[in-house]
Amino acid sequence: MGGYGDIQMIDENGLRMDGRTATQVRPITIETGVIPVADGSCRMTWGTNDVVVAIYGPMEAHPRKIQRQDRAVLDVRYNMAPFSTSDRIRPGFNRRSREISKVTADALESVVLLELYPRSKIRVEIEVLCAEAGTRCVGLTAASVALADAGIPMTDLVVSVASGKVNDVVVCDLNKEEDNYGEADLPMGVLPNSGELVFLQMDGDLSPEEFQTAWDYNVQAASEIHKIMVEALRKGGVN
Amino acid sequence: MSGNSSADGPQDSQIVVPGDNLGQSGRFEAGHGVLVKNNTLLATKNGKLTIDNNVLNIEPLHTTYTPRPSDLVIGFVEGCTNNIWFIDIGAPFNAILPMSLGPSKASFGSTRQVLDIGEAILCRVQEVEETHSSVVTMKGMGLRKINTGSIDKIDPHFIGHLSKNNNNLLREIKEESDCRIITTDNGRIWIDGEVSGIIKARNKLTSLSENYHVLSDGGNV
Repeated sequence: MGGYGDIQMIDENGLRMDGRTATQVRPITIETGVIPVADGSCRMTWGTNDVVVAIYGPMEAHPRKIQRQDRAVLDVRYNMAPFSTSDRIRPGFNRRSREISKVTADALESVVLLELYPRSKIRVEIEVLCAEAGTRCVGLTAASVALADAGIPMTDLVVSVASGKVNDVVVCDLNKEEDNYGEADLPMGVLPNSGELVFLQMDGDLSPEEFQTAWDYNVQAASEIHKIMVEALRKGGVN
Repeated sequence: MSGNSSADGPQDSQIVVPGDNLGQSGRFEAGHGVLVKNNTLLATKNGKLTIDNNVLNIEPLHTTYTPRPSDLVIGFVEGCTNNIWFIDIGAPFNAILPMSLGPSKASFGSTRQVLDIGEAILCRVQEVEETHSSVVTMKGMGLRKINTGSIDKIDPHFIGHLSKNNNNLLREIKEESDCRIITTDNGRIWIDGEVSGIIKARNKLTSLSENYHVLSDGGNV
């Protein structure tokens, strides 16, 4: 067992500290159109995570040096509010937020039809209001809903979810304790309709069998989350 | 993993989201917002599916304005040089209004005396380039600087619904509010009249815009 000490996070019945089974995902709610001044927006709560995403554009890309003559650029900014965790976060960009912005942009670029908007920029602002664990997954999932809400053409929605290893057991959608004291973490971004993978990171060690189990859990969870995303977009459409 | 089932085929007026499978490409053709990938029709936008002569189109629920030649638009002057105005028409790129297509004769360097930054104009899109840059003109009947009234904004795709059935809806709003109203293709609406009338017209437009799906499905608002 890794992590800190001998904290037991899964009981003898296979239930986790928050009462979930190994494959269960935390409760999710999605609401679109939460920021009227934005071209598209979404608020997503996932467990205790609370993330708001606003989309602006397509608009002229500034400064000009970032313009691409044949396509638009995605300007993704992931930011955690200073009050989003119990330890105050210093406002502004840091190495972690830059990294998450970059991987989120890369994942979204694979579905957004950027070639339809040459020389333009699409601003994706991801603001984490309350952080528990897996905020990069929430940010990416919410961003794809917000892009769809903004009417940006996409080939698919991106669903992101993380599985990991806790007390030598692979579990889906880690909560704060499992994320902090677990042995491994495998966030993935999946295109639910085609099953393609657009984002994959891994922290810690997993055996090939554990990796496969975590992968399967993520794909299964993505399918469930996709239904909630579709429902939110449809509901947003009919008010 | 599998996408949406397309066993029953695409249904008219159904709300689709990006990635929805709309069936095989042989039976239907791809229109606006639909993409053909490996002989499968895929929705690329969140919106209402319409089937017209076997062509699938998606009418997006929200969208930004894309200029097309001859569109009537309301723009705001965002900047100017000695002989050009830059006009914000709500599109990804600002349009250009050259001095030769401006409202009146202006001498070189006096563009700001004719149209100053922040002022609103009613103009028409004359030309759209491949790079999405556009040129607007104020030469034409009714095209002018807007000095009075209020300018409101609704989703551009809703404008088409307002002008359906010989502008019935618009005429109703005009009669109820006793205001002059001009709707433009970029979703901006000019309303001029008494303040109470303007408020009434704006409220009515907002309510119609919010309930647009109910309206477009044949319901009453």
